[in-house]
Amino acid sequence: MIEGISIYEVLTLSSILFFIGVYGFFTRENLITILMSIELILNAAAINFVLINTYLYPDFLQGAIFTIFIIAMAAAETALAIAIIINLYKLVSSIEVKDTQVMKY
Amino acid sequence: MDILSLFVVVPIITVIVLGFAKDLKQSRIIALVGSLVQFAMSINLIFAYLKERSVNTDIMVFVKDLTWFETFNIHYTIGVDAISVVMIVLTAVIVLAGVFISWAVDDLPKEFFISLIILSTGVFGFFISIDLFTMFVFYEIAVIPMYLLIGIWGSGPREFSAMKLTLMLMGASAVLSVGIFGIYFNSNAGGGPLTFNILDIAQVDIPLAAQKLFYPLTFIGFAVLGALFPFHTWSPSGHASAPTAVSMLHAGVLMKLGGYGVFRVAMYLLPEGAIIWSDFFLILAAIGVVYGAMGAIMQKDLKYINAYASVSHLGLVLFALLMFNKTAWNGAIIQSLSHGLLTAMFFALIGMVYGRTHTRDISKLGGIMKILPFIGAVYVITGLAYLGLPGFSGFVAEMNIFVGAFQHEDTFHRILTIMAVSSIVVTAVYILRMVGKIMMGPLSNEEYKDLPKATWYEKTGLVLLMIPVVIIGVMPFGLGEMLKESIQPFLERLL
Amino acid sequence: MDFSYTIWIPLIPLALFLILGLGSKKIPASISGWIGSLGLGASFVLSYYTAYQYFLHGKVNGVYEAVVYKTTWLNFTETLHIDMGVLIDPISVMMLVVVSTISFMVHLYSRGYMKGDDGYTRFFAYLGLFSFSMLGLVMATNLFQIYIFWELVGASSYLLIGYYYTKPSAVSAAKKAFIVTRFADFGFLVGILIMGYYTGTFDFQELNNPEGSAIMNWASTSFMGMSVITWALILIFMGGAGKSAMLPFHIWLPDAMEGPTPVSALIHAATMVVAGVYLVARLFPMYYFVDDGFALQVVAYVGAISSLFAAIIALTQYDIKRVLAFSTMSQIGYMMLALGVSKYEGHDGLGYMASMFHLFTHAMFKALLFLGAGSVIHAIHSNDMRDMGGLRKYMPITHITFLIAALSISGFPFTAGFFSKDEILAAAFENNMLIYISSVFVAGLTAFYMFRLYFSIFWGKDTKYEHAPHESPMSMKVPMIFLAFMSIAGGYIHFSEYISADRMPFEAHLNYSLAAIATTVGLIGIALAFVFYKKENNLATRFSNAFGPFYKWAYDKFYFDEIYLFMTKKVIFGMTAAPIAWFDKHVVDASMVGIGNVTEKFSYKIKGAQSGKFQDYAMSFIGGGVVIAIVIFYIWIR
Repeated sequence: MIEGISIYEVLTLSSILFFIGVYGFFTRENLITILMSIELILNAAAINFVLINTYLYPDFLQGAIFTIFIIAMAAAETALAIAIIINLYKLVSSIEVKDTQVMKY
Repeated sequence: MDILSLFVVVPIITVIVLGFAKDLKQSRIIALVGSLVQFAMSINLIFAYLKERSVNTDIMVFVKDLTWFETFNIHYTIGVDAISVVMIVLTAVIVLAGVFISWAVDDLPKEFFISLIILSTGVFGFFISIDLFTMFVFYEIAVIPMYLLIGIWGSGPREFSAMKLTLMLMGASAVLSVGIFGIYFNSNAGGGPLTFNILDIAQVDIPLAAQKLFYPLTFIGFAVLGALFPFHTWSPSGHASAPTAVSMLHAGVLMKLGGYGVFRVAMYLLPEGAIIWSDFFLILAAIGVVYGAMGAIMQKDLKYINAYASVSHLGLVLFALLMFNKTAWNGAIIQSLSHGLLTAMFFALIGMVYGRTHTRDISKLGGIMKILPFIGAVYVITGLAYLGLPGFSGFVAEMNIFVGAFQHEDTFHRILTIMAVSSIVVTAVYILRMVGKIMMGPLSNEEYKDLPKATWYEKTGLVLLMIPVVIIGVMPFGLGEMLKESIQPFLERLL
Repeated sequence: MDFSYTIWIPLIPLALFLILGLGSKKIPASISGWIGSLGLGASFVLSYYTAYQYFLHGKVNGVYEAVVYKTTWLNFTETLHIDMGVLIDPISVMMLVVVSTISFMVHLYSRGYMKGDDGYTRFFAYLGLFSFSMLGLVMATNLFQIYIFWELVGASSYLLIGYYYTKPSAVSAAKKAFIVTRFADFGFLVGILIMGYYTGTFDFQELNNPEGSAIMNWASTSFMGMSVITWALILIFMGGAGKSAMLPFHIWLPDAMEGPTPVSALIHAATMVVAGVYLVARLFPMYYFVDDGFALQVVAYVGAISSLFAAIIALTQYDIKRVLAFSTMSQIGYMMLALGVSKYEGHDGLGYMASMFHLFTHAMFKALLFLGAGSVIHAIHSNDMRDMGGLRKYMPITHITFLIAALSISGFPFTAGFFSKDEILAAAFENNMLIYISSVFVAGLTAFYMFRLYFSIFWGKDTKYEHAPHESPMSMKVPMIFLAFMSIAGGYIHFSEYISADRMPFEAHLNYSLAAIATTVGLIGIALAFVFYKKENNLATRFSNAFGPFYKWAYDKFYFDEIYLFMTKKVIFGMTAAPIAWFDKHVVDASMVGIGNVTEKFSYKIKGAQSGKFQDYAMSFIGGGVVIAIVIFYIWIR
C-alpha cells in the first residue's frame, strides 16, 4: 500500500499505458516502434498484477512473482521479434510496415 | 448386374479405358465402341421393357434398390417406365451420333471424349433414378462437364459462355436443391420416415402450404434447364460457343432433363401446388414459345437461330406439360424426343458448315447447296421437319400438344393455345429464311467452290438421327400407346 | 364394289419420289423422265378405270354412295383420332381424274421442256412427291388427313417453286408461297381444333351427315354471337383461301411463276390451287346447313371479289405467266362463288355441280394455256408479251391449241368452258343477283385479257427474233393436243349426272337466254381485244391512259404486295422481332450478366479487408473479441 494513493489512480495509470500501447501497435509504421508498443502493453499488464497484489491481497506474493514471469517472457519475445525483423530486413531492406503488405488482395 | 445399372457402369468403364488412350485414333475408337454398346443396350431395353410391361403393371419396372446413406435414408434406387425408356434411347442415339460427328477433334481428344462420356453417365443416371437425391447427384454430374467442354473446346467467347452457362445452371440447381429438401422434409406427413424415394413420396399428401412454397422452386429449378422464359439466356451464348457434339448433346438431351424433371418430380410429388401455380407458369411458357420464335427471326448467327428455336420448341414442352391432360403430355414427351433429334441434326449440320467455311454468319454464307449437296439436302429436309411437316415426328408431337391443349374450354387456356399454335407460322419464317439464305441463292464466296464434301462419319451421324424422326413421323401409333400407359398414374395424381 | 386398288393411285408417285429422290445421283436423266411418266401413266389409267367403275356402275339405289377404307393412325383421346384412308365418292373420283390427267400430261411435257437441265431427276422426284400429296389430299377421309396432305402439298410446292434455287427471286418466291399458305394453314388448324372439340370427330362422313350430331347440334355453343361451328368453318375456309389464292391471301400466286412452267401448269393452275375449292366442296353439307349457310355466304363473296379483283389486274400485266396467274385466281373465284351460291337438294345444288364442272374444265384449258406459254417462253427466252408477236407463223400447233384454250376460257360456244361457265352464271342468277352481274362483267374482262394475250403473242407486231423460234418437240406437243381435245370435249360430259351436292344425279339444262348474254359479253371482249391488239397500234395505250391513276393501281396489283411487305418487314420484323431480340440481349441477358457484375463489384468493394497489414488483422481480431465480450456480458447480466 502506498499512503494517499488509491487503487483507482494507479489503475488509471496502467490503463492509460495499456491503451497508449494498443494505439501504438495499430498505428505505428516502424516495426521497432510496434515492438516498443507491445512492451508498453506488457508492462501495463505487469503493473496491473503488482497493483492488485499490493492493494487487494497484501499477504500474498503471487502477483509480484507473475510479474517477473512477464518481464522474462517479454524479453524472450522481444529477442524473437528482433530476429524476425532482422530476417525480414534481409528480404525487403526495410523495417517499415508498408513494405511487408505482400499478402493482400 | 441388372439391366439398368449397366447404363451407368458401361460409360464409367469407357471413361476408365479412355484414360489409357494415347491419341485421337484410339480415343475415338474407344468412345465409339462405348457408345455403340450403350446404343445396343438402349434398343434392347425397349424390347425388354415391352416384354416386362406385358406381365408387370407397376409404375416402374426393373426396380433395384441399394442403401447409400442410412441416416438420411438416401438410397440408390433405379427403375424405368416408358417415358424413361424413350429418353434413354434418345440419349444413346444422340451420344452415338455425337461421337461420329466428333470424329475429327484433334485437340486433346482423350479429355474431350472423357468429358463427353461422363456427361452421358450423368444423363443416363438421371433418367433411371427414382431416388431424389441420386437424381440430383446425376443431374450435377451431367451439368458440370459442360464447363470444361465449352470452355476448352469451344469457339468464340468460350470462357465467358461456359461460365455463364454453368453459373446459371448452378443457380438453378441451388434453387432446385431447396425444393428437393423441402419435399424431403415434408415426406413424413403421412406418419412414415423421411424419404427421398419418389414412389413413396407420391403416396404421401404433402401439406398444401409446403406445396405452394416448394413447387415453384422445383419447377424453376428444372425448367431453367428447359429454357423457361426469362431464364433462358444461357442457352444462346452457350450453344454458340460450344463445339458441335456438345451442342448436340446439350440441346438434344440435357435440355430435356428439365421437362422430364418437371414431369417426374415437380408435378408428380406436388400436384396441388402444380395446379395452383399452373396459370402463372403457363403464361411464361406461352410467352417463351412466341418470344423464342420471334427472337430467332432477327439473329445472324446460325447457332443463335437454332438456340432460340430450341427455346421456342422446349417452351412448347413445358406448355404442354402444364395443360394436365393425357394427350398434351403424350405430345410433350414425343416433342422432347423429336426436338432432341432434330436440334441435334441442326447443330451437326451447322457444325459441318462452320467447320468448312469458318463462319456462322448468315449474311456471309450463300448458295452452299450446290457445293455440298448432301449437307444441303439434309439441311432442307431437317428444316421442313423442324417446322412440323407431316411425315416427321415434329408434326405428331405438335398435333398432340395442340389437340390436348385445346381440350380446356376456358378462354384463358384457349387464347394461350392459339398463341402457341401461331408459332407454326413464325417458325416457318425463320427456318425458311435461314435455309434460303445459306443454302440457296448464288454462291456468296468464290472460295467456297472447293469445300470438301460430307465425310462418311458425318453422313452416318446424320442418317442415324434422321431415321427415328421419320419412323415416328410415319408410324406414330406404337409410341403413343406405350407412353399413354405410363402417363396414366401421373395424371391420376393431378385429377 | 371393291375399290381398294385405288390406294395405288397415290402410292405409285410416292414410290417414284423415293426412288428418284434417293437415287438422283445414280439414275441417268434419260431414264428418270421415262420412269416418272410411266408411273404417272399408271396412276392415270387407274384413275380413269376407277371413274369408269364408279360413275357407270357405282350407284346404289340411285345415290352415289361413298366407299371408305381407313385405319387409325394416331390416337389423341378416346374419341378424337386421325385416320389414314381412302374415300371414294363423286368429287374425289373426279379429282383423281383431274389430278392424274394433268400430272401425267405435265410429266410428258417436262421430258421435253426440262431436257438438259442439271436437276432433271430431282425435278421428276419432286413432281412425284407433289402428285402423291395431291392425290392423297383428294382421297382424304377426315379433316386431319386432308390437313396432313395439305401441308405436304405446300412443301412440294415450295420445293418446286424454288427449283431454280440459285436464283434469289425463286428462293424468295418459294418462301413467300410457303409462309402465306402457312399463315392460312394456321387458321385452318385452329378451325380443325375447334371443329374436333365441339363435334367430337374429324371424320368427313360423320361431320357431313345432315342428320348427324355435328350438323344437328351446331347451335349448342356460341362465341361472340356466332356458333363456334360457324367460326370453325370460316377458319377452315381461311386455309382454303390461302391455298386457292383468294383475296387477301393471293400474293404468293403471281410470284410462284418463278418456278418452271410445267410446275405452274400443274400446281398453280390445275391442282394445288383448287384444293381450297375442293375443301369447301368436301365439307359442303356443313357449310350449307350450319347457321343457315352463313359461312357459305362468306365463301361466295370472297370468291366474287377475288374474281373481279384478279380480272382487273390481269388486264394490265405484260408478263404472260402473270396474266395467266391472275386469270387462275379469277377463275377459282368463279368456282368459289358457285359453291357459295349453291343450295343442296337436286337442281338447287346447281352451283355445287357447276363449281366442280368448272374445276374440271378449267384444269384442262388452264394447264394447256400454261404449257403453251411454256412453249413460247422456251422458244423466245422471254416472258414479256411486248417481246413477242407474229408467232403463229413459227409455232402452228402451239398457236392452235392456245387459241382453243383461250376460246374455252372465254366461254366461246361449244367449248368446254362455255358449258361450265354458263352453269355457274345460271346458278348465280338464280341465287344472288349482285354476284351474277359481277360475274358477267368478269366474263367479259376474261375474254378481253385472254385475247389480248393471244393476239399479242401470235399476231400483233411482226417481231424480228435473233434466232427463229422453233416449234416444240413431240414430247411437248402431245400433251397439249390432248388437253386441247379435253378443252372442247370435256364440256359434253353430263356432269350433273355424276356430281351433285347430295350425291344424287339431276338434270341440268342449258339456260339459253343466260347463255346468250354471257356469250355476247364474251364476244364483245374478244372483239375489243381484236381491235386493240391484232395489229400493232396505240389504241390500247390511249385507252389505258383514259383511266388515269386506276390503270397504275391495277398495274401495281393494288399495292397488296407493298402492304404485306410493310407488315412483315416493318411491323413484324422491325417492331416485334427486332425489339424482342434487342430486349433479350440487353435486358434479360444483361440482368443475368448483371448479377455477375454486381457480385464482382461487391467483391471489389470488400476486398480491402485483405489488406496485408497485420495491424488491421489484429484490429479486427480485437474488435471481434470486444463485441463477443459485450454480448456475453449482456447476456450474463440478463
